[in-house]
Amino acid sequence: MVNKASVVIIGAGISGCSIAYHLAEKGMKDIVVVDKSYISSGATGRCGAGVRMQWGTKMNCLLAKKSIEFYEHADEILEYKRGVHFHQGGYLLLAYSEKELAQFKLNVKLQNSVGIPSKIVTVKEAKEIVPHLNTQGLYGGAFCKRDGFLDPFLTTDAFYLAAKRRGVKFLTYTQVRDIVTEKGTVSIVKTDKGDIHTEMVVNASGGYAQEIAKILGINMPVYSRRHQILVTEPVEHVQGPMVMSFSKNFYCQQNPKGPFIMGRGDDLEPTDLSIQSSWQFLEKMAKTIQHVLPPVSDLRVIRQWAGLYNMTPDKQPIYGTVEGIKGYYQALGFSGHGFMLGPLTGMIMSEMILGLPHEIDISPLSLARFERGDLILEPSVV
Amino acid sequence: MSHKEVLICRCSDVTLEELRALIEEGYHTFEELKRITRIGMGPCQGKTCGHLVLRELSHCTGKSIDELRMQQSRPPGVGVKLSLIAKEAETNGE
Repeated sequence: MVNKASVVIIGAGISGCSIAYHLAEKGMKDIVVVDKSYISSGATGRCGAGVRMQWGTKMNCLLAKKSIEFYEHADEILEYKRGVHFHQGGYLLLAYSEKELAQFKLNVKLQNSVGIPSKIVTVKEAKEIVPHLNTQGLYGGAFCKRDGFLDPFLTTDAFYLAAKRRGVKFLTYTQVRDIVTEKGTVSIVKTDKGDIHTEMVVNASGGYAQEIAKILGINMPVYSRRHQILVTEPVEHVQGPMVMSFSKNFYCQQNPKGPFIMGRGDDLEPTDLSIQSSWQFLEKMAKTIQHVLPPVSDLRVIRQWAGLYNMTPDKQPIYGTVEGIKGYYQALGFSGHGFMLGPLTGMIMSEMILGLPHEIDISPLSLARFERGDLILEPSVV
Repeated sequence: MSHKEVLICRCSDVTLEELRALIEEGYHTFEELKRITRIGMGPCQGKTCGHLVLRELSHCTGKSIDELRMQQSRPPGVGVKLSLIAKEAETNGE
């Protein structure tokens, strides 16, 4: 067991692995990542795998665009032989009212202004992009061809292996029990396998972020909500893009290998860290998909699972430090898009920890925004 | 027969050679192997490949099969058509 580190990163999901990789790549030594289970065992490995640039706030647009640009070259950058399988079939967002379409028009204008190639599509064009789409009740949509999806396990594995090659130590199946501070500075991370002396800790623990913060007496304005997903048997590849609707609160993609993967948001889902599956989800999902993409409902569902969205009040992440605790950093509250922002999370946190200038000004994403009431509400989340 | 020709997982096309190489690399639980190869994630949900994977893990790591864990089994137990679930939901007045 390692007992000394320059930094301990808690959580070996996409955020933790990306932070570790970017710190090591910039020359930092003695980096340790701890996780209570295996790599990508939490929210990352349970996510819907989609990545999109089509967001409703300028900040999210910039973060997502930069992350996707990284993912486009991830295999080369991370020298990953298994491949992250990035499929850029686009995202087709569906508008079911005049109001929703008007919001899309505003979003597309904003997205185009920062170089995102999204566009408004008519009902007819939407049907051409996804021929099996039921257009009943549809007002139009938005489409961006550079959006898509990639394998969350392999992507995290790519960061993990690249970090390991650069000397990062990974302690899996190791649970953090306590974080000791001395005169307001982080000094020891206590785990069930032993103590690690360190002056820096990064909380990248996804669905458990508020639990880790609580150890340090910090009450974070975040909570974790269960989200469920199902996958069908594989069939011939017929659907290029991810199909998504905010008002119907669902998304559905077809992996190029054949299976359809779909999930939905639901305010009735529990917020007690449960990741059990429920039959209520199966029923609601089945009804939605039968209406929107009728032929897909002929497929058999073979598996369902659940994960946690770590939600913030404005559905944007929190990056930064906490006043009064020197050496403590956080990258949390991704509100369901931590996988999509993974590369950028690593870049931002490594710049912050090493005191380097930021490529993107992320000061609006600090914890202090909630005290100031300076929220930048994201309208486009499932 | 070479290990390249022995299929362990028919749903996701994983060969004995690939499986052994990953165990050699340090992926020592069913859950980890599954996430790299998608072994056990296809239509059979590990009913065909599960025991073969555990046997290989046992063989390569020296742990007995009793000490090793099968993958998490997830609902539904067998494949069910989404249209049937939707129909059932309607009749329940859901």
